[in-house]
Amino acid sequence: MSKGILGRKVGMTQIYDETGQVVPVTVLEAGPCHVTQLRTEERDGYSAVQLGYLDKPKRLVSRSEAGHVAKNLKTNRKRKRSAAGIELPPKPDCNPKRFVRELKGSTDGYELGQEVTVGVLSDIARVDIVGTSKGRGFAGVMKRHNFSGQRASHGVKKCHRHAGGTGMSAYPSRLFKGKRMAGQYGNAKTTSRNIKVVKVDEENGLLLVNGAVPGPNGGYVVIKETNTL
Amino acid sequence: MSHKIMELVEKSSLKEEAPEFEVGDTVDVHTKILEGEKERIQVFNGTVIARSGAGTREMFTVRRIVAGEGVERKFPLHSPRIEKVEVKRRSVVRRAKLYFLRDRIGKATRLKERRLPRN
Repeated sequence: MSKGILGRKVGMTQIYDETGQVVPVTVLEAGPCHVTQLRTEERDGYSAVQLGYLDKPKRLVSRSEAGHVAKNLKTNRKRKRSAAGIELPPKPDCNPKRFVRELKGSTDGYELGQEVTVGVLSDIARVDIVGTSKGRGFAGVMKRHNFSGQRASHGVKKCHRHAGGTGMSAYPSRLFKGKRMAGQYGNAKTTSRNIKVVKVDEENGLLLVNGAVPGPNGGYVVIKETNTL
Repeated sequence: MSHKIMELVEKSSLKEEAPEFEVGDTVDVHTKILEGEKERIQVFNGTVIARSGAGTREMFTVRRIVAGEGVERKFPLHSPRIEKVEVKRRSVVRRAKLYFLRDRIGKATRLKERRLPRN
């Protein structure tokens, strides 16, 4: 598995480096996570490590979520399958998790139920961070695609933030697919690549990275070692 | 919760003893500057006309008149490059931002001195 961990964005601030320069940082609460499942080539067709972050309160846990992690949950299916002599998949025996994601790659060195802390990133210089960007609703073209809009005066009537023309004439008599227009903007999976790690605070389970990270404060993020060169 | 985490992170960048001064004080700001390889200390003297921000982002503005031209410099309070801030004179002020000094010249920029009670 490429080294990685799940976490939550806390917020942004600035700190001073050793030369006295200000560094803008995003504070991320990274881990502790539990390994909730190991995907293997023979069983699943690919190998990956499934991590879970933050315990989910019992009142919110569905039975399938509970059964995913619990060792001693009695179910009819389990009873029938073990009676038929089918080997049941191993369980991590931890609490059900709020945020569960898989990190692709070999499962070497990972065990089911193992705790993963921010220490795994201690010797990593740059990371990719996957989050859900802030939702902006149905946004116009100026906000969504950085269009210039139209002029403020010189005869422009009630069209100041509109796009201009969207197509040609009798030929082709249609719009081309992918024409940039107004629509839902944000609230989508967003990856920021090659972000510099400023500090790994193992004691408090914090990770400081340079610059911004997609999503609101409190938003869940996946942090993994970058694969950019 | 998140507030506590931010405080924890910022603590490492805060000065243990932040320089003490108030708006209206006349101060000498000692800043370290790099000249090629050598580091030396430069002093900027003037009146503190504003403090803004909080935590590691706290800044203060110092204004002085250089060759008849008003010069303002804004310093980060907790920067390690700020060696020290010496208070030369305290004065009586009734507002947090002394931007009105920008419109004044000469004698009108004087502030009434505030003497601390002897104890």
